Amino acid sequence: MSETLIAPEAEAAAEPVPAAVETPRRAAHVLRFDRVDRTLHGFLMLSFLGLAFSGMPVLFSTTPWAGRVARLLGGYTVIHRMHRVFATIMIVVFIVHVGRLLRRVVARKDYSVFWGPASMVPQPKDLADMVQHVRWFVGLGPRPAFDRYTYWEKFDYWAVFWGMAIIGGSGLLLWFPVAFARVMPGWAFNIALLVHGEEALLAVGFIFTIHFFNSHLRPEKFPMDMVIFTGRVPEHEWRDERPAEYARLGGDAPDAGPPSGRAWIVGRVIGSAAVAAGLVLVALIAFALITSL
Amino acid sequence: MRTRGIFVILILTWALGLTLSARAPQAAAAAPAAPAPAAQTPAPTTDDCLACHDDATLKRGNGTSIAVPKAAFAASVHGAMNCVDCHADLAKAELPHAEKLAKVDCASCHDEAVTLYKQSAHAAARAGGSAEAATCASCHGMHDIKGAKDPQSRTYHLNVAATCASCHGNKDVIAKGHIAAGDVATPFADSIHGRALSRSGLVVAPTCSDCHGPHDIRRKSDPASRVARANVPATCGKCHEGIAHQFGSGIHAAMLKNGNDGAPACQTCHTAHAIQHADNPEWQLTVVNQCGTCHIDKLKTYRDTFHGQITSLGFRAVAACADCHGNHQILPASDPASPIAKGNLVKTCSRCHANASANFVKFDPHADKHDSERNAVLYYAARGMQFLLWAVFIFFGIHTALWLARGLKDRRRLVPGGHR
Repeated sequence: MSETLIAPEAEAAAEPVPAAVETPRRAAHVLRFDRVDRTLHGFLMLSFLGLAFSGMPVLFSTTPWAGRVARLLGGYTVIHRMHRVFATIMIVVFIVHVGRLLRRVVARKDYSVFWGPASMVPQPKDLADMVQHVRWFVGLGPRPAFDRYTYWEKFDYWAVFWGMAIIGGSGLLLWFPVAFARVMPGWAFNIALLVHGEEALLAVGFIFTIHFFNSHLRPEKFPMDMVIFTGRVPEHEWRDERPAEYARLGGDAPDAGPPSGRAWIVGRVIGSAAVAAGLVLVALIAFALITSL
Repeated sequence: MRTRGIFVILILTWALGLTLSARAPQAAAAAPAAPAPAAQTPAPTTDDCLACHDDATLKRGNGTSIAVPKAAFAASVHGAMNCVDCHADLAKAELPHAEKLAKVDCASCHDEAVTLYKQSAHAAARAGGSAEAATCASCHGMHDIKGAKDPQSRTYHLNVAATCASCHGNKDVIAKGHIAAGDVATPFADSIHGRALSRSGLVVAPTCSDCHGPHDIRRKSDPASRVARANVPATCGKCHEGIAHQFGSGIHAAMLKNGNDGAPACQTCHTAHAIQHADNPEWQLTVVNQCGTCHIDKLKTYRDTFHGQITSLGFRAVAACADCHGNHQILPASDPASPIAKGNLVKTCSRCHANASANFVKFDPHADKHDSERNAVLYYAARGMQFLLWAVFIFFGIHTALWLARGLKDRRRLVPGGHR
């Protein structure tokens, strides 16, 4: 019952959005993220939050809230174990994602992974889009025609990809120091700890502010873009937001069907909780940084 | 004549026997007994005194009772003595005597103890006009004084802490007496020594007087004090002899001996009155900050490492200062006997990191990211990361702010009234 009440169609109809009023027919939906990608993003969120909450108290160990948060989570043994369990989950997410890319390349000979509009690799168009987008911010031109992946989405992606490699690599070094000391000098752990912490601060700060804003909190999407949970985008939204992709495919994409009510509700609850948790952590970090000045 | 002579001898013998049977010092007891009934007014006996002082209804001019606890006095260590042995000014006074009496002079018998007391902080404070500072009676009582071996005594080993606490755990006295150390009785009661006394009833556990002395209690600023910094290791060493030997061969003891008053003694880490069991992890973590009061830069760089971060959170699971540097016998790295001497590092690190290798101990547990000479790679890595963070957040901060402004503007245009 509640599903029908809060179903996205009902909500869309209730909102005074002209587009929805002008098109009486039910918008067709296109699939943007498949089930595996959505699941991977879910586990990425979970492990990222777990790592951030068990790691940030350690990085800001001298700030007053750090000891309290660490004890609240269950003390040293718990945060220590938590960090390694979530690290393992994130490493699995990373491996599955890279494995899927490799399968596309090796098994399907799909080289669009490396170059072109459907690739995450930055293209010259991205630079042009960025300049044009900033011009649009200040009223100096129209909004650029984005393709499947925008420049900020690519930045988010590579920030996480690079972050996983750097933080994951240095983390493994710190996890097995005696083993790694067979091939590298002990002072490498000094570097590893510094890089692990600073890069983690960058990742946490970026994801919980810039990524949250770019993808969810900006006025066009507020309070949340549900596509990462439902995988589906209404056709009109696809046309408006990614006109280059829409035009490239001639507006022709198979109808993915409406988002499932369950995915929508689960996404809304988990997404809101994740955003709230992230913002709390950002506030704590900001407090720690300001008070340490 | 003969019988009369024998009678006199008998009386004298009886009198002498009485005198000897009194446990009080002979000098005092013999004095009033020796002169036989004479022409002068005889000194009042205890019974004479009690004729008035056993009457609880008799009051002084200010309304206070003049009664003396008869039974308590009889049971006291001075029970066999006469009142006037202490209240010597009344030996020749007319009765009833004047209200204001001369101060009892304990030194007439307890000469040695009073001489020591006169060197104490209590005596100095009294001389300075303090009405609160302890005198003999403050600790020993007045009419009911018992020997220190008597479990009922205020000065019995297990009761000393409570006796001292009547002032040093009393807010009013602390305030009026300007006692700088404040309430030391409460932390002492909860300390390992206090608990050993009060909970375990250990007479071998130290009480106040074991460290401060019984009578010549001196301020810690007095170089002759048992608790003056330089003397503390010897004072603690009376019981903790083995530890005193270890401490004595370490660098801190050498500094103390050289007159360095900043060097730590036992109480610097263990505290003076709140001494905890050495296995107490919370206390062990406080020692880290204690080391850091002098070794400021070392504490700072330690806090940059995983060891320092975890201990800062309040967890004892990783290495604190003493785990690598030792505790009582701390030696510089240049000393081959030091656990942090180059040749001992593998062994020291192996205590936690099983199979630590020569390569492993190249880890710098006090690496300084601001020191380009000691930790060049770390220094440049830190600078690089700093640049990366600033660059990303400045760029995206501006990007986000502009986008937000534009987004809000468009939204206002879309929604009539623009109040959203």
